[in-house]
Amino acid sequence: MTVVDVNRAIEEIWRMESAKLIACLTHLLRDVGIAEDIAHDALIVALEKWPNIGIPDNPGAWLMTVAKRRAIDLIRRTKKRDQKYTEHARGTDLYTEEDVGLVVNEEIGDELLRLIFMTCHPVLSQEARVALTLRLLCGLTTDEIARSFLLSESTVAQRIVRAKRTLRSENVPFEVPATEDRKERLSTVLEVIYLMFNEGYAATSGDQWVRPLLCQEALRLGRVLAEIAQSESEVHGLVALMEIQSSRLKTRVNAKGEPILLMDQNRAQWDRLLIRRGLAALERCERIGVPLGQYAIQAKISACHAEAHSVEETNWIRIAALYEALYRISPSPIVELNHAVAVSMAFGPSIGLQLVDELGREPSLQEYHLLYSVRGDLLFKLGRMDDARIEFEHAASMTKNEKEKSLLMSRAKECES
Amino acid sequence: MRFMMIVKATADSEAGVMPSQELIDAMQKYNEELVKAGVLLAADGLQPSSSGLRISYPERGGKAKVVDGPFTEVKELIAGYTLIEVKSREEAIQWALRMPDPHGFGHGEIELRQVFEAEEIMENPIHLMKERELRKKAEEQQKA
Repeated sequence: MTVVDVNRAIEEIWRMESAKLIACLTHLLRDVGIAEDIAHDALIVALEKWPNIGIPDNPGAWLMTVAKRRAIDLIRRTKKRDQKYTEHARGTDLYTEEDVGLVVNEEIGDELLRLIFMTCHPVLSQEARVALTLRLLCGLTTDEIARSFLLSESTVAQRIVRAKRTLRSENVPFEVPATEDRKERLSTVLEVIYLMFNEGYAATSGDQWVRPLLCQEALRLGRVLAEIAQSESEVHGLVALMEIQSSRLKTRVNAKGEPILLMDQNRAQWDRLLIRRGLAALERCERIGVPLGQYAIQAKISACHAEAHSVEETNWIRIAALYEALYRISPSPIVELNHAVAVSMAFGPSIGLQLVDELGREPSLQEYHLLYSVRGDLLFKLGRMDDARIEFEHAASMTKNEKEKSLLMSRAKECES
Repeated sequence: MRFMMIVKATADSEAGVMPSQELIDAMQKYNEELVKAGVLLAADGLQPSSSGLRISYPERGGKAKVVDGPFTEVKELIAGYTLIEVKSREEAIQWALRMPDPHGFGHGEIELRQVFEAEEIMENPIHLMKERELRKKAEEQQKA
């Protein structure tokens, strides 16, 4: 291997190990910022040594050993009188390079879980949670995060620095929340992961329809979480939802990068492997035997589409019923709008239009372009071309996504002929 | 991106000799590691080629020729595969390097291959044409 190859291999190994390193170091040091710095130090040591001595057989354990030794050095050097720190330093033996076998996998799972509860802590803003999670748990660079969200690198860097500072000043503990808070805190974690996924799945602005990196990271993190929090039904629900939605990722755009709607997608190209994984995750979720949460119900809706060979063969009645169930546990006008679409597919466009018109009076939906796009579609199906065109044009003027805008404009044009 | 780690067959795997408990444990631990890292998509072991068969088309446009296993060129046979989804080629290599010697005794060989992504296929006019042809054929067969 050339030096360049070795360096790339080292960086990749570090990326694979960094979340585990940071999690374990945060446990030792109680400060996620310092933990990240020390994990970086370990990377630098590896970059110095590995090109000469070769990549060790167990590189993760090697990095962990170096990082832990540095952490303990730091604790001793700063000689903090803080009771917790000194106890820790006394209670933890100095690691040597022969101790590579000491890293216990199950414990790492717990540390990772604590870390994700920390990076998704409610004291942080939503954007800060996402940025910090991508950085510390997914090992993305500031630049990669910035590009994924179309932000400047300095904005993201600042966001991360501030988030770490807030965690410190608010004394956010490194722990899995107690039972009474756990459900609520877990839903915050899931929200962050799903936000990441959605940001990747349908970019809200800019001319790129899908940003696969974010989808992949969210899915991967979801899969990791499903392993370290196996008893949580909603974790499996979210994973199922993301797996099934990802199965369509590649059919959502055509060769020109224009969006293709679910109904027009080439179902033969849906990724059967991901669908199967999604259905399996849904099964795990249902086996836990608690009432299904919002992600699980959405996954079931997604599964209805995945299992249908064509739009016509889709069980729209079941989908409409599932949207109703979803509305009961997490009411929102958007869920109602989706319900209306399902009803129109099951029972005809005129009933759908009736529901959509009622929804149109909802103030929160006034600014939502999909309301007009759905209304346009229903009017189109009813043959009211002029009315449909006006709706599509209105919808197009409201979306910030260029590709979506052009799709809506072409639908408006369709109404003229 | 997806990669397939293909485990090559050996005389033992072809003879249906089960691997040692030690190796089974090591493989299981490795698979668990893949799952915990969120990278494992699928993994399977294949039965010996004696229960398989080969279909070939020796003549252009001619009939399929079917030959029953076992097949002799052991080193070219596949004993199993592990499909992973990772960020980069380097990461795939790192995972492949962590797989235990799949047969023990210094007989193991792992081949790492990248899976074509749908968009790569979509961008490629030849693949697109082939796809269209296949679809047409399938539709015609359905009608017939």
